[in-house]
Amino acid sequence: MSTRSALLTVAALALASPALAETPGLGTPITEADIAPWDVTAFPSGAGLPSGSGNAVQGAKVFAEKCAVCHGDGAKGGPVHRNPMFGGRPLTDGIDTPKTIGNFWGHATTVFDFTRRGMPFNQPRQNLTMDEIYATTAYLLFLNKIIGETEEMNAKTLPQVKMPNRDNFIIRFPDRI
Amino acid sequence: MGNGTRRDSGGNSTSRDVVAGNGLLHRRALLGSGLMLAGAASTGVGLTGAAAEPLKDEPWMVDLGDVTPALQTPSKFEKHVVRTLSNPQNEMRTSHARTPHQMLNGTVTPNSLHFTINHSGVPEIDPGKHKLIIHGMVKQPLVFTLDTLSRYPLVTRMAFVECSGNSAPMFSNEPVQASAQALHGLVSNAEWTGVPLSVLLDEAGADRSAKWLVAEGADSMLLHRSVPMKKAYADALVAIYQNGERIMPGNGYPMRLLLPGYQGNMNVKFLRRIKVVDEPSLGVYEARTYSQTLPDGKAYRFHFLQEVKSFITHPSFGQTLKGPGYYDISGIAYSGNGRIARVMVSADGGKSWAEAALQGPVLPQAFTRFRMPWRWDGQPVVLQSRATDEAGNTQPLRAEFVAVRGETKKPVASPLGFPNQHYNSLTSWGIDSSGSIKHVYA
Repeated sequence: MSTRSALLTVAALALASPALAETPGLGTPITEADIAPWDVTAFPSGAGLPSGSGNAVQGAKVFAEKCAVCHGDGAKGGPVHRNPMFGGRPLTDGIDTPKTIGNFWGHATTVFDFTRRGMPFNQPRQNLTMDEIYATTAYLLFLNKIIGETEEMNAKTLPQVKMPNRDNFIIRFPDRI
Repeated sequence: MGNGTRRDSGGNSTSRDVVAGNGLLHRRALLGSGLMLAGAASTGVGLTGAAAEPLKDEPWMVDLGDVTPALQTPSKFEKHVVRTLSNPQNEMRTSHARTPHQMLNGTVTPNSLHFTINHSGVPEIDPGKHKLIIHGMVKQPLVFTLDTLSRYPLVTRMAFVECSGNSAPMFSNEPVQASAQALHGLVSNAEWTGVPLSVLLDEAGADRSAKWLVAEGADSMLLHRSVPMKKAYADALVAIYQNGERIMPGNGYPMRLLLPGYQGNMNVKFLRRIKVVDEPSLGVYEARTYSQTLPDGKAYRFHFLQEVKSFITHPSFGQTLKGPGYYDISGIAYSGNGRIARVMVSADGGKSWAEAALQGPVLPQAFTRFRMPWRWDGQPVVLQSRATDEAGNTQPLRAEFVAVRGETKKPVASPLGFPNQHYNSLTSWGIDSSGSIKHVYA
């Protein structure tokens, strides 16, 4: 396309009204309210966290009942998920040091998000209430010595949890964000 | 068979064609040189005229052939050309299927052999019921279906997709003895056809100030990744075809995000939802799995790019050279930064290098096949390739790479392990005088 015709095309597009008229426009409108059942992502700021709450004492019970079958008693590692979910060696021990919530994860919301969308692995989003997810999240944070046993986790408190490794990340390609 | 024999056979490579140590020949020896190929054939079978067995018709030359099938599959003599599986019983863990690079050639990975990783199995998705929702910081949330997307002006391009854990066994402090498939099988290259994501974002009226989107799949764990809007507007596709046919189930049927050159995991499969947002979600895959621990205990985050890389597929581990003579060294080069500019090959462990021929067309963020003619004298050699992309990035030497990214303290026990992510240093194949090939560090 010559420069002149390219410019004419740009001009034509600019004149078209509405501006999107040149694309097929085949998407069907939907409301955010109708999307809500699928809108499960929890963000570090707390955006997307649902109402509900729980602490580690409650979480220990939920875990024993619904999680230990794969993760082992007390989250020490089980037949499916073999690694303990707490503790872990310092990351300076080697580039292949197993990552745990305590030694690696930067945001407590990640624990909630992963549990809510994917757990239990064979029955995701069918078997845990929001209270139970907050409670198991609290339990895992407690096992990692990040919060107290009776500290209440909810949409307000969870994003405020300071994870031990939070400030040890280097953005690899900042110019691409 | 000595060099003299080959020279006597007429028009074969001469000493002036040797451009680097241990018999690497100038790449012009490849280009349109029938003489070279004649030489190769003669060195392979010998020149003694021993092929005395009389020609006869084989059964398939006289019998009627088989039925022509609706969906064809490779010859039964190629049954060994398959992906290797990390989880054939579908246990409750991630499943990997690796591409057999050492048994393929060219640049396109056949769909049946394209690598795939599924973190919670392969979903069986009814395309008539699949929905893609775009919402969040948009003027009007929209729902798209496979039918509606198929009516859009489609864009076709080649692109590699690479798991950022590809080549992870090479973080081992000692070389893991494994094939190109085992080491590098988590990258493949295909022609993808789809709708530019920017078109759909514009239709929904995405807020131009938003910096991120979160893409989510319809698999059972709703795998999700945060993607910079910069990439979404630059060259992202919602792909609906793979090498001309609908996307394979394991590769994201019926639609997947394609982010050329970015971590495979970000190319979200079974794409069901895109939420335009102002912060990354830091879900488990970006916050844990695909953040790389560094030797000082810090970790990289948002390591989107699959950086410049190459490896030799022919000859490589698992193959055996059948005596001295002519061989075609070839392999794959690619870069998330764009086109491959140059591939250098060494046969003496990096002491000397020669430039390989690149098989065109050389496309951005896609496999480029390189070839290097080679006359092996039967002595031990170490073959390596080293690629440079059009942005000027060159694959780091192993020592350079390890200095920044580290290696394990103990040898990695299994090539299925992932001690770390994003390895793009050199691959070295050590060939001994018997022609057997080992994986070595050099």
